[in-house]
Amino acid sequence: MTISIDPQKTNNESLQPKGWLRYFSFSLDHKVIGIQYLVCGFLFYLIGGTLASAIRIELASPMSDFMPRDVYNQVLTLHGTIMIFLWIVPVVNGAFGNYLIPFYVGARDMAFPRLNAVAFWLIPPSGLMLVASYFVDGAAQAGWTAYPPLSITTPQSGQIIWILSVLLLGGSSIFGGINFIATIIKLRRPGLKLMKLPMYCWAMLGTSLLVVLSTPVLAGTLILLSFDIIANTGFFNPVLGGNVVVYQHLFWFYSHPAVYIMVLPAFGLVSEILPVHARKPLFGYTTMVFSIMGIVVLGLVVWAHHMFTSGTPPWMRLFFTIATAFIAVPTGIKFFNWVATLWGGKISINSAMLFSCGFIINFVFGGITGVALAQVPFDIHVHDTYFVVAHFHYIVYGGTVFIIFSSIYHWFPKVTGKMLKEKLGILHFIITFIGFNLCFAPQHWLGLNGMPRRVAEYDPQFQFVNQISSLGALLMAMSTIPFLINVYLSVRNGKDAGDNPWNALTPEWLTSSPPPVENWEGEAPLVEEPYGYGKEITEGK
Amino acid sequence: MTTLDSSKEIQKNNSEANETHEDFRMFGLITFLIADGMTFAGFFAAYLTYKAVNPLPDGAIYELELPIPTLNTILLLISSATFHKAGKALLKDKNSESQKWLFFTAFLGIIFLICQLFEYFHLPFGLTDNLFASTFYALTGFHGLHVTLGTLMILIIAWQSRIKGGRLTSQNMFPLEAVELYWHFVDGIWVILFIILYLL
Repeated sequence: MTISIDPQKTNNESLQPKGWLRYFSFSLDHKVIGIQYLVCGFLFYLIGGTLASAIRIELASPMSDFMPRDVYNQVLTLHGTIMIFLWIVPVVNGAFGNYLIPFYVGARDMAFPRLNAVAFWLIPPSGLMLVASYFVDGAAQAGWTAYPPLSITTPQSGQIIWILSVLLLGGSSIFGGINFIATIIKLRRPGLKLMKLPMYCWAMLGTSLLVVLSTPVLAGTLILLSFDIIANTGFFNPVLGGNVVVYQHLFWFYSHPAVYIMVLPAFGLVSEILPVHARKPLFGYTTMVFSIMGIVVLGLVVWAHHMFTSGTPPWMRLFFTIATAFIAVPTGIKFFNWVATLWGGKISINSAMLFSCGFIINFVFGGITGVALAQVPFDIHVHDTYFVVAHFHYIVYGGTVFIIFSSIYHWFPKVTGKMLKEKLGILHFIITFIGFNLCFAPQHWLGLNGMPRRVAEYDPQFQFVNQISSLGALLMAMSTIPFLINVYLSVRNGKDAGDNPWNALTPEWLTSSPPPVENWEGEAPLVEEPYGYGKEITEGK
Repeated sequence: MTTLDSSKEIQKNNSEANETHEDFRMFGLITFLIADGMTFAGFFAAYLTYKAVNPLPDGAIYELELPIPTLNTILLLISSATFHKAGKALLKDKNSESQKWLFFTAFLGIIFLICQLFEYFHLPFGLTDNLFASTFYALTGFHGLHVTLGTLMILIIAWQSRIKGGRLTSQNMFPLEAVELYWHFVDGIWVILFIILYLL
């Protein structure tokens, strides 16, 4: 039996609302769903960013004078949860994946368009529910990790809403993962071999494997946790004979791969952007593919390096240290391949390129501190200090969010048909880069000198460095302003982009900007080499 | 399983708006079942860790009675076979015979659930008595939820097969194949659960 895709039936333009209204409709078009993911994620980024600013304002002085301590804990928890589950994961997977993957495999839509729409529409209600829990009875206070027994003993209705919300978001992410795996493996147009796929497809395949294998474990764990809270069972409650370390194992079995669920798509996106703006083919395609799969396999077996201070036995520490250190190998391969891609290229300095280069710099720094953290003695010294906060934000903000902005600058002409203004974009990059490093680099020092994380009050000796960090956070918050102005002005009266403003060779640029509902007029084009930029340089263009 | 992929043909129909492709729904279902299996794997891992690391005090060790779960295992294994029969019958366009086998499979599922409830009411411990009791009810309860959903789905496709030329025919086997795969998955999980929880 065959399935018939009839875009005129599913996406009949005369039935769908026109203009911006169609982004509020239950559309099955993968491009509309991708934009819905991006805009929804960005709104939650603004909420999460406001919460982050509140945290940094509180920490500008040693006493808890800006907000009460329990409110601080709620703000901290909401900030972490929103940024991970409602901004980064949905955007790097859902938004760019939905927009680009069908183009890259030569399809007219995702494999399961309806499942795709369901996966998106789970996000806004559960996100709103999470934010609204603050106004009901106080939001969850136990941090984004929700470690028991803290999550069992703090006020409970907020924690239950938190669990429900994360379960729904996990479901959304599993549905998305199933869709991506089916689209990439099964929906490729005839003749398109796996090793000819653009890099982002490989990254999304690896990410989706991680999603499908690890997210259900988190779901099961949170169900058990909710039983502990509602029904007074003792799975994770030491008073009733439970074991909190089991929660940590199960939680990190998801949440360590979650780092790769956030970063692997960013790896894929940067591999698409660098060759275009350096006019050179991606260096070492095959090694890039195998390093992604290596990261997927290793990423699943290193979770306990988050638990070196949880009483893990020495053999376990040794195994997880070695396995974690090994991840540096495929990651290093990718880093050197990006540098080699830039080497000798005709680099154009534009916003997309700048954000990508910023990503490479930040990511190397975060990666090095990550290898340091994998070493048991060092980890025991800086565990639960600001060093971990700094490392994590270097990976997740300096890595992923920089790439999200880079991708927005790169694909904005394709999506809207208008160019973004370069001057505002470069201003956005400069403020973001300075603000980011000013905010998080000093936190390494704070951590090494023993300032604990997740506290509203601290020793006055740390005040000066914290104020520098808060200043950086303020700059990061302000950096959003030129970006928003840029998007508004460019959509209103930006320069027309044309079909292929960057002269890129990947398939999405072969159609008109913005693309028609069925992606292509007539037959989908077959791109033999998505990275065949070498000819231009040898011909001296 | 009767036939996993009903068609490997890619129909070439290049009218501009209408394109057909192979049926991936079974592939998507298999991916989903892998994810679902990982949930159970997490529960099993938690149970085995508790068993190894958190030994119960002597007075709190319960011996589980074997007859009912053994009966349940046999019931589920038979139901897998009867479901297979239903698929075979539908493939030969014998709708009413297929429907009989489906109802029999659903009947076995319901008996399984009744037996499980009977077992729950006669166990000497409750959900919150101790860690073992909680894990026991979490594992068997979560599996029982799967059996309940599976039974409901079997009843729905049995209803569909009643209508001649309706949604379930030898040309459109997907609903039956999908539920059958799900049912085999639930059976397989039960066998693992039976070994880990009752026999170990």
